[in-house]
Amino acid sequence: MTDASSTQTASAIGEERPSRLKEFWFYFRENRGAVIGLWIFAIFAFLALFGPWIAPHDATEQFRTNALQPPFWQEGGSTEFLLGTDPLGRDMLSRLIVGARFSFFVGIVVVSVAASGGILIGLLAGFAPKWVDTIIMRIMDIILAFPSLLLALVLVAILGPSLINAMIAIAIVLQPHYVRLTRASVMSERQKDYVTSARVVGAGTLRLMFVTVLPNCLSPIIVQAALSFSTAILDAAALGFLGMGAQPPTPEWGTMLAEAREFILRAWWVVTFPGLAILVTVLAINLLGDGLRDALDPKLKRS
Amino acid sequence: MLNYVLSRLLTFVPTFLGVTLISFAFIRVLPGDPIIVMAGERGVSQERYDQLAAQFGFDRPMYVQFWDYFTGVLQGDLGNSFVTKKPVWDEFFTLFPATLELSLCAMILAIILGLPAGVIAAVNRGKFFDRALMSTALVGYSMPIFWWALLLIIVFSGNLGWTPVSGRIDLLYYFPDPTGFMLIDSLASGQKGAFWSAIRHLILPTIVLGTIPLAVIARQTRSAMLEVLGEDYVRTARAKGMSPGRINSIHALRNALIPVITVIGLSVGTLLAGAILTETIFSWPGIGKWMVDSIFRRDYPVVQGGLLLIAVMVMIVNLTVDMLYGLINPKIRKR
Repeated sequence: MTDASSTQTASAIGEERPSRLKEFWFYFRENRGAVIGLWIFAIFAFLALFGPWIAPHDATEQFRTNALQPPFWQEGGSTEFLLGTDPLGRDMLSRLIVGARFSFFVGIVVVSVAASGGILIGLLAGFAPKWVDTIIMRIMDIILAFPSLLLALVLVAILGPSLINAMIAIAIVLQPHYVRLTRASVMSERQKDYVTSARVVGAGTLRLMFVTVLPNCLSPIIVQAALSFSTAILDAAALGFLGMGAQPPTPEWGTMLAEAREFILRAWWVVTFPGLAILVTVLAINLLGDGLRDALDPKLKRS
Repeated sequence: MLNYVLSRLLTFVPTFLGVTLISFAFIRVLPGDPIIVMAGERGVSQERYDQLAAQFGFDRPMYVQFWDYFTGVLQGDLGNSFVTKKPVWDEFFTLFPATLELSLCAMILAIILGLPAGVIAAVNRGKFFDRALMSTALVGYSMPIFWWALLLIIVFSGNLGWTPVSGRIDLLYYFPDPTGFMLIDSLASGQKGAFWSAIRHLILPTIVLGTIPLAVIARQTRSAMLEVLGEDYVRTARAKGMSPGRINSIHALRNALIPVITVIGLSVGTLLAGAILTETIFSWPGIGKWMVDSIFRRDYPVVQGGLLLIAVMVMIVNLTVDMLYGLINPKIRKR
């Protein structure tokens, strides 16, 4: 490895980077939906970080005398509990606000675990000899043969129902997508001239993998990360709903729905709001993902 | 073509082995001793425990157990349920028609609404219709379907009283079910109102299960149509003076259908995952609810067998889609 080549690349990247970011922002800003998604996501992240300090009440405090109180605009509601209370008299609004952090946490952890693991395995499959590649891809095929929610459900049954185990299960289920994506981009990048020249200059396999090739494979992976962030939130909520995710009294949105199920015909608000929170969050992230895809992948810009 | 089929079939073998191994491994890793669970509240003496362990083969080495299980699987023997004592294979195929009926209805709904929606959006690209349809599709795509199901129940079963909340048919109807498909059986029974009752039970689950595939198909159709509409042969057809309707339906849609068919085939896994939630909420007696119940009851042979059968089904469908794709598009075969 010569010093000249590395400083040259470094300076080239240094000159290119601001314009690249600017170009990205230029395309991203064009997509109005994506910008709205970004704003909602920012609010969601803010609530996740500071929820307990913003919430008007403690999320688990039970106001027994006010159980199943409707939202303030309905008869019998009061401004003390803006969105009403649940069957145990806990404030809905506070529980929703505090619940944001669980979904956010799920998204962050699942995506980091699944993406880092998947990228590593994918890089390995792309650079390793053919037989290692075949074995890795067959294993991924096997994982993908199971419907994701079913596999996650069985995994959680093995590990024991809790939010952490639900996250582990979802990360395992989502990982093969990253492996396939990374491997596919590595395969196409490896043949390009810049990789050959890096190799000729004397770059080792590790350097080729992480410094030369990986940065050029990142666009589709970033888009996938945004999309699996929303999948992770949905799946964790579904597991919570089935009683295999976060356990009561945790104000996780899916678990809240499960607790409220028997009251659906008597108190619409205990069911409507947690689901709406999930929908809005997932929708915002999907909007963001679509915007990222359009901005990062010029080939898809047309559609 | 034969080579292509054979090579695809060959990759099926190791995956099948792996899926069998995984579903076999799960039952051994699940917490709780299956024999103790089976004995239930009464408990079990050491003598009886050893006897049962020998009966189920739990005392033999792992690889012998796996070999027995694997040869059993190849002969269609998946063991018996701990709870009902009936063969897992029989239980699966008794309940499967219910899931198949629901999934087919959901898929039909998704296709008859999704395809036109995608085409209309593509043809009116950037206009009001396009934006409205695609925003709706994105909402559908982001929908937590378990919540969507509860909302529909509140509105249509609770407030309006139009549809029942659970099951496949009203309890007052009773008739033999040779096909297992409630719509067909109720019609064949000739009982007044039975068919209508079956339909009313089917409406909400169908909508719930069909929502995400519908959104996916609409989005996919739109982008495939846009791609095709930019092709030279469409321009040629336009230059020849063909009417836009003819171009869209004959030239564009037909070619745009190829990726759409792939998406339809690949959403079988999504449908089965959705069936788990939908069937649980609507107490629909299909394999999704059966699996969830078995997981909660720690009915290991059912969990093991059901997992395997579902995975094999997904694999077969994916394989079929791959082959159909190879049949339609010769370029794929050559790879």
